[in-house]
Order: sequence, then structure tokens, then C-alpha cells
Amino acid sequence: MSLGDIVKKMSSEWMKGTGPENDIVIGSRVRLARNIVGIPFPAVAGEDQLRQVVDLVAKATEKNSRINPEMYEFVRMQEVPLLERQLLVEKHLISPQHTEQVKYKAVVLRKDEAASIMVNEEDHLRIQALFPGLQLLNAWELCNEIDDGYEETLAYAFSDDWGYLTSCPTNVGTGMRASIMVHLPVLAMTGQVQRMMGAVTQFGLAVRGLYGEGTEFLGNIFQLSNQVTLGHTEEEIIQHLTNVTQQIINQERAAREHILRRGKTQLEDRIWRSYGILSHARSISTQEAMQLLSDVRLGIDLGLLRGIEGRILQELLVMIRPAHLQQMMGRELSAPERDVHRAALIRERIAIPR
Amino acid sequence: MLCDACGKRIATVHVTKVINNEKTEAHLCQECAHEQGQMSFMTEPSSTFHNILAGLFEPETVISGRPIRTRVRCENCGLSFGDFRRLGHLGCNHCYETFHQQLEPLIRRVQGSTRHTGKVPRIEGRERLVRERELERLRKELAEAIAQEAYERAAVIRDRIRELEAEQD
Repeated sequence: MSLGDIVKKMSSEWMKGTGPENDIVIGSRVRLARNIVGIPFPAVAGEDQLRQVVDLVAKATEKNSRINPEMYEFVRMQEVPLLERQLLVEKHLISPQHTEQVKYKAVVLRKDEAASIMVNEEDHLRIQALFPGLQLLNAWELCNEIDDGYEETLAYAFSDDWGYLTSCPTNVGTGMRASIMVHLPVLAMTGQVQRMMGAVTQFGLAVRGLYGEGTEFLGNIFQLSNQVTLGHTEEEIIQHLTNVTQQIINQERAAREHILRRGKTQLEDRIWRSYGILSHARSISTQEAMQLLSDVRLGIDLGLLRGIEGRILQELLVMIRPAHLQQMMGRELSAPERDVHRAALIRERIAIPR
Repeated sequence: MLCDACGKRIATVHVTKVINNEKTEAHLCQECAHEQGQMSFMTEPSSTFHNILAGLFEPETVISGRPIRTRVRCENCGLSFGDFRRLGHLGCNHCYETFHQQLEPLIRRVQGSTRHTGKVPRIEGRERLVRERELERLRKELAEAIAQEAYERAAVIRDRIRELEAEQD
């Protein structure tokens, strides 16, 4: 299967809407940062060294006994057309930075898109796994396995005291960043989200928007992740993040129950109004669509809106992005054109079957 | 990647120009980019997370009372501690040794710890470290088991510890 087929197949594993706590948790991701000993980190390495890393990882991928060669594909970023790079970003398989200065960058993609390995991003290797629902441990196990396989042929930069050595000291140690994507419409609606974010920082966790650092909180979706990477085992970090997330899930559930008891009419009104706009709009921005889709998803979760699957939130969240719209239409689209096609796609996807 | 102009400092400014369909690329360091006027559109290098992080190190020089020597360069990649403060990135694994002294307090502050307890790559010569970490974990478990009066489990853990200790010697 070519990369084109992979990206055309559109939906990634994490967008399936399955997994534990899937009424609130959209997905779980684990990322490991690894570097090869003796070669400068990508920001500092020269062209020859960057090329050497790409070649080494290409070979190590072939020899990696823990990954099924039928399931993974090694792709040089230079060979990936611009639009397809954006598709990968929108699906969270690569970072936005990985689409720039692509000459010596590569990515290893797992065909079901549950895992990817970025080569020469901030570190030589960035191994990541993405699962639907609250499944951090499964994501870690997959990363760990891929990592074990690379370890057989690559000599990692590692120090007994500081663990895996990374380009930025904020990743040193385990090199692991675990994150959970949560949909918190009622905590956001009632203004409790700010308080929660403050509390979460006290526990050594960070809150980010959907597409990482500095991105907005589109559609009431938040990413919780560990700040500290050194001094705790991978399992401890995951346990801690899962525990804190569980508390937040409980709070969101309690807030949902409360609002159902106290303000059901207003809530129903809001949900159906949002549904009304989405099912009739002829042009819509990503921002507005995400806010309204968040309401619709809440309506589905609370049983107020029937006949639509909950997974439309994560599905549309990706599909209404610029690159996906253009891929679907098979041509480049201007911003106003995108708004029109976005509205049409949403109308079709949220139609309730009679 | 080193600067195209001076070939000494690290290129942090990447300029792509398309003039009459002719594409040229230049990779420059901050200093050379300033000289060539390539950065006229920016006032300061963007205040990314890394700049903020790099800024965290500043007080260190003041508190300790003696300025940290920023001129020392890593012999493997050529990065100086000054470069690191500006970029927020180290150059290679060797930098962690070169700047060990300066990095230690910083890592303690950012990470709250300076000792890795997680996964260890199973490369040759590291079996000892792997066992050591395993022993630490087991001793913790043993203490917990005893505290919970789960003596059967404690006995199993104790045997495993003895086995590992024998391998260590």
C-alpha cells in the first residue's frame, strides 16, 4: 500500500470512538524521544549527519524484529506531497514542525495509523502511539515494543543518571510524553475549566489545546500531559496522569448530571439550536463548527439526540480541516470554498436517519 | 546545521526566497542574519517555549555569585552554553557531560529530580544497571508487602531479590 492509499483511507485508529471512557476521553497518546549516541541532535547536526540518521533509522526499521514489516512503511518526507503532509498533521501522526525543512526528515507509519515514528524532528526518533479512549498503558506498551526493536540495532544516547538524553532537557529521563485528549463541554460551559487547569498544573501536568503547544481549545477538547519526564518510571507517570484524568472525568460527569437535573430545558434548547445551525448552514468556519459539534456530541452522550454516532466529533474534527477537505474534493480550495464544503460535509454526516 | 555565512555558529534562521521561480535557501545564525538584514521583519527571535525555558537559567548565574563560563564549547558538536541558553536545545549527548555542572541545577528545577528510574536500554554492559533498577523496585515492593502483612508475597519477592543480588556479585 502506498502512502497515498494510507492517507486516503482517511480514518485513523484513534478516531474510532471506541475504548474505555469514550464518552469523555477521545484518545490517548504516548511519545518517546530517542537519540543516537555520538550524532548531534537534529537542530545542530550537519546535512551529512542528518542523512546518516535517516539511513540508520531506515535500516533499523527493516531489522526491527518487534514490528511487522507488512504493517509499517518508511517514508522520506521529501517524497510526500505538500497536501499529504498536512493530512498527516491533521491526524496527529506528525507534528507541524515535521512538514518544514523536510530534506532530511522521514516518518515511519503504521498502516492502521495507531503508531508513527518521526525521524529528525526535535530528536532523532520520536516514537508515538495513539489509541481511542483511555488506553495510555496500551499506547505505552506499543511504543515500548517498537523502541525495544530499535534498541537492537541503534545505540541510544543514554546516561545512568539522566536516562535518555534529549535535545531539550524538559524531555530527558524517560523521554516520554503521555497525553490524554478529553472533551469537557459542561465544565467549559459552567466556567469550571479554568479552575481545573490551575489544579492540574499543581499536579505536575500541563493542559494544551488540540494541536499541541499554543493552540486554541477548539470544541472544548483539552489535552492533558505530564510535565516531568525524569525521576519516575514510565508506568508511574502513566498511572498518575490516568488518576488525575479520572478525577476530571468524574467532575465532568457530575456536572453533566447536575445540569440535566437543574437546567434540562435550556440545555436541550442549546443542543438543538446547535444541531439546527449545523444541519442547515451553507458556510461555516472550523471554529464555529467545532463549538457547535461539541454541543451536538454532548446531546448524543446525554441521550438527548438519537440516531447519530458519538464518533462524529473526532471524525469531523479531522475531516473538516483544510487538507482533509481538499483531499476529499480532489482539488485545492480557497478559504471561502472550504467553508462551503465544510458545511456540506457536516450536514451530510450529522443527518439523523428517518 | 552550521551557519552558511560564518560556518561557526548554529543556523537558527532559515530563509527561503522565491524570485522569478528561482528558489534559494539560506541557513544562517542569528548574528549573520542580522548583518545581512534577513531578520528585519522580526524584532526579537520569537518568544517560543524554548526561549522562556532558556530564560530560566539566567538567575542561576546571579544566585551562585560567580558567572557561569558560557564560552566553553562541546568538543563533539561545538555548542556553547551560551548557545544553549539562547536556543533551549542542547547539541548532542556529549553536551550533557560538557555542561554537567550547569545543567544539574536546571534539570533539578525543571524536573524535580536528577535521577532516572525508568526504562534502561538493554545494550551490552548495562545489564548491571537494569538489575539495580529492578532491585530498587523489588525492595520497595517488599516494604509494601510487609507493611500490608502480606507475608507470602513478601517471601516470593525476597527470594527474587536474593537471586538478583547473587547475579550482581
